[in-house]
Amino acid sequence: MAKITAGVGSSHVPLLGVAVDQGKDRDDYFGPIFAGYDWTREWEKNEKPDVVVLVYNDHASYFDMNIVPTFAIGCAERFGICDEGWGPRPVPDVEGHPDLAWHIAQSLILDDFDMTIINKMDVDHGLTVPLSMMFDKPAKWPCKVIPLAVNVVTYPVPSGNRCWALGEAIKKAVESFPEDLNVQIWGTGGMSHQLQGPRAGLLNREWDNRFLDMLESDNDDVRHIQHIEYLRETGSEGIEMVMWLIMRGALGKTVKTLHRHYHIPCSNTAIGHIVLEPAD
Amino acid sequence: MAEKPTQNIHEYLAEFEDIPGTRVYTAVRARKGYWINQFAMSMMQPENRERFKADQRAYLDEWDISEEAKQALLRRDYNALLDMGGNVYFLSKLFSADGIPFAEACSTMTDMTWPEYRQMMLDGGRSPEGNRSIRENLAAAAAAAQNKA
Ligand SMILES: [Fe+2]
Repeated sequence: MAKITAGVGSSHVPLLGVAVDQGKDRDDYFGPIFAGYDWTREWEKNEKPDVVVLVYNDHASYFDMNIVPTFAIGCAERFGICDEGWGPRPVPDVEGHPDLAWHIAQSLILDDFDMTIINKMDVDHGLTVPLSMMFDKPAKWPCKVIPLAVNVVTYPVPSGNRCWALGEAIKKAVESFPEDLNVQIWGTGGMSHQLQGPRAGLLNREWDNRFLDMLESDNDDVRHIQHIEYLRETGSEGIEMVMWLIMRGALGKTVKTLHRHYHIPCSNTAIGHIVLEPAD
Repeated sequence: MAEKPTQNIHEYLAEFEDIPGTRVYTAVRARKGYWINQFAMSMMQPENRERFKADQRAYLDEWDISEEAKQALLRRDYNALLDMGGNVYFLSKLFSADGIPFAEACSTMTDMTWPEYRQMMLDGGRSPEGNRSIRENLAAAAAAAQNKA
């Protein structure tokens, strides 16, 4: 039986990808950010996940305004790397797991989640930066990846409550897959940041850390935070944090925190990272 | 799972307009800015970037974009473009065509210079204090004026 063995939360700021690609990840600016991922890189080497369900959003890279899926699951064998305007990142292509992806897709649809199925897609920094943060620069990514793309750009985006429930349904789907697989789920994006308008540059260390505390808790209060609170407190792009709730919802009631890291700033953004293990 | 009360869409959207210095990318904005954003998307192809750089006005004239928006695009007036339904993830394709870092482009939407903005970020970013609600700010200003009087 397949099993979700851990959940990882991480920011996916594009500049972190640039830092890795250009070898600046240990300089004075980026060093403290990457130091907070050293623990996780060692841990991942031992954990050796077979598959990561990677929750992220496309930033007008592969999707434009013609199609805006709320929840989309990548079922392809392989995903290419997007050219986001300065050439694709020099990272390996991402290998999918069509058997598990299709199984999850079918199970979610039966569970009332009307998923969009994607059979061809390139992935942007939202997906590749977390891979670089967790695995550095391998010639080939050490696991298969099921991209789960969430619309967090065009409103209304899905509610935190709905994201949490989707996570619960993903857990159920994975656990009904017959093959023995070590599956992790990652929620990415955030934390506080605003990239637009006169209020650009807003960060909220206190709120972000309260959010991390809530993820560690064994109650589910965090799922009920409304969009307007994310927008007021964490900036217009802080809404990406609803994607972390899909990860948290897939871990069950009680979790154990293995690692936690927070750093301000990276470009316009507050960096957050957490590693959780189901403890029910 | 607890039954969730249904949310009134009008109240939900109205609240977004109460956030200072912020344009939430609602359906109304997405519809209004459709071609601005699709134009910006076109900057992802190198051939298009070259044609745009060779003659910006001529390239913009190929798109169904208002004269006002074309002028704002030529001026790189990103706040005006947000008002016309532009979205920052789309507009960022224009920042990168211009070779400008994302954070520098963000600074042009604020009342700060790029070095001032960069320093603010290094110092911990913009505080949410006084930046949460237009309504609350007006009420606080009115209360302060009354105390003075
Ligand atoms: Fe993002």
